[in-house]
This record gives sequence, C-alpha cells and structure tokens, in this order.
Amino acid sequence: MNELSTPKEKLTIKDFTSDQEVRWCPGCGDYAILKCMQRTLPEMGVTRENTVFVSGIGCSSRFPYYMNTYGFHTIHGRAPAIATGLKLANPDLDVWVVTGDGDGLSIGGNHLLHALRRDVDLNILLFNNKIYGLTKGQYSPTSDVGTRSPSTPTGSVDPSLNPISFALGSGARFIARTVDTAQKHMPGVFTRAHDFKGASFVEILQNCIVYNDSAWSDITEKKAAPERQLLVEHGEKMIFGAERNKGIRFNLDTFSLEVVVIGENGFTEDDILTHDETNRRMAQMLGELGANPGEPVAMGVLYAQQADHSYTDAVLGQVEAVKGKSTLKDLMYAGQTWEVK
Amino acid sequence: MASDVQVLESAVVRFAGDSGDGMQLTGSQFTTSTALSGSDLSTFPDFPAEIRAPVGTTFGVSAFQINFGAKAIKTVGDRPDVLVAMNPAALKVNLMNLRPGGLLVVDTGTFNKRNLQKAGYEENPIGSHEFDTYQVIELDISKMTLEAVKDMGLGNKEALRCKNMWTLGLMLWMFSRKREPVISWLEKKFAKLPDVAAANVAALNAGHAFGETAELSATFKRYQIGTVHSEPGTYKTVTGSQALSWGIAAAGELAGLDIVLGSYPITPASPILHALSTMKEQGIVTFQAEDEIAAICAAIGASYGGALGVTSSSGPGIALKGEALGLAISTELPVVVINSQRGGPSTGLPTKTEQSDLYQAVYGRNGDAPLPVIATRSPGDCFETAIEACRLAVKYMTPVMLLTDGFIANAAEPWKLPDLDALEPFKVEFAKAPEGEEEFSPFVRNEQTLARHWPKPGVSGTEHRIGGIEKDYKSGHISYDPENHQKMTDLRHAKVEGIANDIPLQDVDQGEETGTLAVVGWGSTYGPISEAVKAARADGLNVSHIHIRYISPFPRNLETLLKGYDKILVPEMNAGQLKTVLRDKYLIDAKPFNKVSGQPFKIQEILDAIRAELAV
Repeated sequence: MNELSTPKEKLTIKDFTSDQEVRWCPGCGDYAILKCMQRTLPEMGVTRENTVFVSGIGCSSRFPYYMNTYGFHTIHGRAPAIATGLKLANPDLDVWVVTGDGDGLSIGGNHLLHALRRDVDLNILLFNNKIYGLTKGQYSPTSDVGTRSPSTPTGSVDPSLNPISFALGSGARFIARTVDTAQKHMPGVFTRAHDFKGASFVEILQNCIVYNDSAWSDITEKKAAPERQLLVEHGEKMIFGAERNKGIRFNLDTFSLEVVVIGENGFTEDDILTHDETNRRMAQMLGELGANPGEPVAMGVLYAQQADHSYTDAVLGQVEAVKGKSTLKDLMYAGQTWEVK
Repeated sequence: MASDVQVLESAVVRFAGDSGDGMQLTGSQFTTSTALSGSDLSTFPDFPAEIRAPVGTTFGVSAFQINFGAKAIKTVGDRPDVLVAMNPAALKVNLMNLRPGGLLVVDTGTFNKRNLQKAGYEENPIGSHEFDTYQVIELDISKMTLEAVKDMGLGNKEALRCKNMWTLGLMLWMFSRKREPVISWLEKKFAKLPDVAAANVAALNAGHAFGETAELSATFKRYQIGTVHSEPGTYKTVTGSQALSWGIAAAGELAGLDIVLGSYPITPASPILHALSTMKEQGIVTFQAEDEIAAICAAIGASYGGALGVTSSSGPGIALKGEALGLAISTELPVVVINSQRGGPSTGLPTKTEQSDLYQAVYGRNGDAPLPVIATRSPGDCFETAIEACRLAVKYMTPVMLLTDGFIANAAEPWKLPDLDALEPFKVEFAKAPEGEEEFSPFVRNEQTLARHWPKPGVSGTEHRIGGIEKDYKSGHISYDPENHQKMTDLRHAKVEGIANDIPLQDVDQGEETGTLAVVGWGSTYGPISEAVKAARADGLNVSHIHIRYISPFPRNLETLLKGYDKILVPEMNAGQLKTVLRDKYLIDAKPFNKVSGQPFKIQEILDAIRAELAV
C-alpha cells in the first residue's frame, strides 16, 4: 500500500459518483452493481485518484463513466490487456476491470485467460447476463442451449460456458460469485476481491431486463433464492434451504457433490462439507454446482489462494534488482568498438 | 611463404551453406573482424524461414553477404566477388550471382551423390564447364576440419560443426583480417564448453594456416582492403534492431519517462523485443503479450498510466493492432509502433525484406484516423529515428508508426556512437489539477501543437474518464453531437498535419534542388539509390536523390521541391505505394520503379531505370 491509497478524510458514495447521467435501460441490473460499488469503495478506504476502472465494450463497459475515479473505456474484449499494461506502468494503482459475458468470454477470452494465468493484480468483474445487450440481443457464450435470439431464431446450439470453470482452468487464484440484487452479499465480495493481491475474478449474475429478462430468476428471486443459492463461507458448513436443513456432501461413489437433507436417510450435519476456500478441487466442483435439478448455485468466495508475490512485483522486481547498474552509454560502448582519430 | 597482396578498394563476399552450417555466425564474425580493421561495410543476412529445413535442400540454404571497403559502403553489393559454397544446394542457389571472374570456394566434401540429388544436380558441377568463368578453389573442407580437430575429443557430428570456423579462417587469411577478435569471441561463447571452444579455435587456425602454407598463393592472391576515412569518434558495428532499441531507451531518458514495451514474437521484429528485454539495467520493462492485440493494448495501458508505451511487430501483427491504434488516436495517447516490414501479403516472406506496409501505415485503419509515419533508412539511422518517433508521440499525444524492415533489422554497419549528452531533451510534464472549483477536462489543448495534456492516474484532482467513443471537444465526455464529431475529426487531422511545422525541411541527398530527374526513395533503398545516382551523375546525367524520412505528414517544402524537377522516379520494394501517396498529395506524375523479390535493389537495376527514364 502506498501513501496515496489512504484518503485524508472519510469519503462517501457521493465522492465516487461522477456527474454523468447513467444511460442503462431502466431496471437494468447494472444500476445495482454500480450503486454497490460507489457505496463500498469508501468503506474500503481507497482514494479516488488511486482507483482506475478499465472496461471493454458492451453495456457493462460503460461503468467507468459513472465512477468519479480514473476510468478508461477501451475496445471490445481488450480491457484485461490494457489493465495489465497500466499495472506495469504503475503497480500501486487499484485497477478494476469491468467486463461482460460477451466482452470477457468471447471476443476477449484470450486476454481474460492470460490476465488470470499471470495473476495480474486486477479486480475483474464479469457481469453475466447470458446475452449481448448493446448489439440488441444476440446469444452469448454463456447463453443456455436453445436460446432464441436475432442470430439464433430457431434456438442456439452451442453449449454454454461456465465462467467459474473458465477462470479456474485459466489458473485464477481468486474466484467468487454474487448477484446484482444481493446488496448485502456483494460488498463483502468486492472487498475480498480488492484485498486479494493477484487477479480476482468475480462473476456477477446480472439481469438484462430488455433482451434476457429473468434469465437468472429461478436462482435469484426472493422465494427461490434460499433453495437455489448456497452462500459459502470459509470454515463454515455448506448448509442452505429455507429450513436450513439441506447441505452439500461429497459422494465418494460418484466422485461429486450431492445435496442431502439433514436428518433424512441417516445424514447428519457431520456429513456436510465445510468450505475450504483454499481447496482448488472443491472450488471446481462448487463452480459447477447448480447444473443439475435440485442443486443450488454456489455464491461467495469459492476459491482464494494468494501467491507469494504478485505478477507486477515479479516483472518489475527483475528490473528494480539491476536498474542503474549500467547506463545506456555503458551498454553502447560495451563490446568491440574502435577509435577513428 | 609470403603471397602477393593485392590492394582492393572494396569487395563483396557471400558465405552460403546449409541452415545448420552456421553461416550467419561465420558472416557476423567476419564482419566484426572487418569492422575492427577499419573498413566501412554493409551486411545482408539472407536466411530461410524454416529453423532447420531438411539438410541439403535448396530451400534450406542460408547466406550472409558482406560488402566492405576503404570507401563509404552504402549497399551490400550487387554481385559477390567471392562465393563460399558449403554444399551443392548453396552453390545451386547462389552461383548465378557470382561476378564472372569471381572467386568460388567449394567444400568438395559435401558433393556426394545424395547432396547433389537434393540440390537438383544431375551431374557433379565440379570440374564442369559451368565453372569455367570463375576462379575456383576446390577443397575438402569437411575432411580438413575433421583432421584439425581430431585430438579434441569431439564426436564426428560435433567436429564437423567446426567447418564454418575452418572456412572463416581461410577467408580471414585471404582478406588479411585478424583472427584475435574471433578467438576471444569463441572463448567467451563456449566458456562452459572448453573442448568445443578449443576445437573451433583449432579449426579457425587450421583454415588460416592452410591459406598461409598451401600452394594456394601460387594461383590466388591475398587481398588488402584499406581503412575508410571516417569522422573521428568511437565506432561500433550495429544492427538496426540494436540501434533502434538503444534509441527507444535514449528517448525514455530524454522524455523522463519509463519505457514499457508490449510485444509478441514475430519475424523479423523479434530482435527488438530481445534487445529491449536485456536492457533491465537501463530500466526498460518488457512484456511478451499473449497476442499482437494485447501487446499494443498493454502499451496503450502503460501510456495511460504515465509511462511511454511501445509496441514492435511486423505487417501481419500491425494488421491485428489496427483497432487499438484507433483507440490511441481517439483517446490521444502516445504510443510508438514499430513495424519491421517483411514480404507480404499474409504470411508472405517472413525472412525476406519488402517495404509494402506503407499503405497500411498511412491509411490502414477504420474511420478517419491519421497518425504520423516516419521511416528509417539504415541500421545506424534507427537510433535517431526511434528518438524522433518518441518525441513526436509525447509532444503530440499520438501513436506514431516507425517503419523499418527486415533488411535494416538484421543488417549491420559501422556506426559512430553518438554523444548522448548532446541530445535535446523533451521532458514531459503531466496535467495538473485545476485551480478552485473548476472541473478537470482531459482534453485541454496546447494551442500551438493542438496536443491535449496528459493526466496521470495516482494524481489527485485530474481524475477523468476517456474512451474510444467520440468525446466532447472541451469536456471529453461522451458526445454524439454531429458538429462536435466534425470538429474532432478536423482537429485530429490538423494536429497530425501540424507536425509538418516541427520537422526538418526535406533536403536533397545528392544533386541539384531543381533539374531533370529526381529519384525519390524512403527506407532501406537509401544505399542502392544513393550509389546509382552517384554513378549516373558521374556519367554526367542530370539526376538528384531525395530520400524521405517523414512520410506522414510530408515535410512542408516537399511539394515545391518535387515540382522543381521535370520527372520523378520512385524506386520501392513494393508495387508502388509512396508513388501513390505523392500523386495523391501533390498531383505530380511520380513514376514507380518496383521490385518485390524479397531481395534488396541492385545498384545496376536503379541505374538502368534512371537511364530508361532519361532515355539515354
């Protein structure tokens, strides 16, 4: 942490709100995420000048304009690459990358993969609404099979991509999931992502009211949420359900997670798994949870395993270790030279 | 036995062999020894795209040509005076260029049935009439190398690898060059493998001794090439990639900025990535990105963060960077984009030289997206051109395209090391927070240069948002206003056009400032054009040479200058690109003269074109 990163006086939501009129569709899930960010940054104790939001192209990528910090609205899919260069120029900055399912997983899939692999100290927020919004509703890499859209009038055929599995496969060391409407859950996830040194990847289930309304409602609606969401906490039992009587158990026979009801079929709380966010294999299974009927979707920090040093420390450390040992002149005059008199 | 020594003004030697024969090393070591002897020189490494093409094939032939002399050497020489052919394929590919009466050295040890067949010879050319027009030295270099290193404990394969050093030894003897620089280089290179070092030195000495003692001197002369009268100073042999990398580092110091290079491996641009990656002591940060797009995006991100972002590639990679270049133009961020051009289109001729990306540099982006384009003409010139590219980028807050090519990147020439302290600094000052309650705008401009100021994240009071969407002229906020877009488009053009007032006037390299014919070139054709014009003028022809560094915008006097000649001839290693731009800008009848064979122009070719143009 450098000197700049602590504000002299307590900042508020107003300090982080820019004077620009927000231009998302009324009812868009992005509003809730924006508000939550503007509200949470003061709590984190960061400064405006040390915070940068970098985005690509798409609805979510308009985010930087509305933050009264530094912001860079770049080109489609390339935000992770631009943010990487920014961190190499100034590793002390707090850099947030805002992307979507199309921007981050389709056109920019390669950059996201490598930013995660390198573990660049970025906070990457992927707003997943399972649709292309800004281009008017085409199906995206996370759309369910059979999605009818202008480009797939008879239904999409491509299997959908799980962002959590993608991030894990890319070597990400911090992976979390939250929901646009979860105003109580989201701040904690943002704070954890911010505090993590390395690439933090956060999937935010977000509703597109115009082109894919209610895409997540079976998980996020108030009534459904307790049964369909598993809020994981490190060191806590994986228990969910309106009655708090369901839990996640590891089934040795199928080598997978399964939902059991505590008190039924002889299962007790002892059978329920305790979340260990440093366990990569568990994170893999948690990320995929929800694909089968009756399974909840895991929310919270699924995986967090900080590396010994950050990417920029390693890259810039190689330079700092020797910088100034020789000058450009030394280099140019080294080796075989001759004099003409 | 002392042999006759003939003094020559200059000579062209071409080493040719299989890709695995170490011809590039042989050539570069001959170059070092020659440079240290005080001759001027120019080199041309000419190698295939395949790393290890099948042994003995014609497409696996790797060659290194050097032209050196006691006079200013501006080209690699039209035709070799000496050809060293290490196998039949090398002979097959290169013999046609050897000057009639030239000296041919062949390793007969490789002229077996299989190798002859692979090279496409039905009969062994050795001793045939094909050789009648040359002086031929037939030597079983393979056998003599094995003999020379037999006590060194190497296997047959390793021992045979030393034959390039045997050959080099012979050539050093023939041209009266010193072996010491090569020996010290070998000892350093193979410091961890003393056996290998000793074997190579033994082979080198054996080749040299062979020249000294064999009966060669009865038939063949030794040559002496004098020293060139250069300006006083310290000299070094540099390749374009080296000088360019040093120029970038020097510019960083002059601007007071950190350099961040984002690059992705591509032939023939990779040597710049390699060179800058070794310059950590000079504070250079390099980033090998996941692709060409990420490479330029990282450079843009670094510039947004207050460093100077640089990216380096070749034509196919530059194509991928197009969208990001537009972002840098739109957000008005400085980025230096280096294009080491190669033969195209598509993958084209990766290791061969061409200057066919001029259209791409000047026009190759979506939207009205002007940026400055400058071109370097020779390896040593890369230093100054790189500094100039960086100066324009930060002063005008714009991406700048620096055009070099595969020939310049790999070729070497003696270069007088510049006085770094005498270079003009161009210190960058970042934007400051406005006084009082005034709102900060990232698009406050310098009235003279039209460049916006450069805010740096981390500084309080200059927080702002920018992006690739059209922005309001004043506030920088998103604007879809029709009049504003017109104004911003005009402004982006005016800013780049205004650079014409900040660059030197176009000079005439040779000849009068008006006249019958101007030969107008750019880039690495400088040498052959210069020599051809010199020869034409010596014949009394009214011809001048103009060589353009600033391609966009052109120097402000260029139009008047060109209109002072009756005819304009534009030799280019493309299908006529500068010609089109000149015609477009000035409505002049610029005539193209083109060559796209992947090989540099020969002096004679340009001389013939000059004569044809003047109908003499």
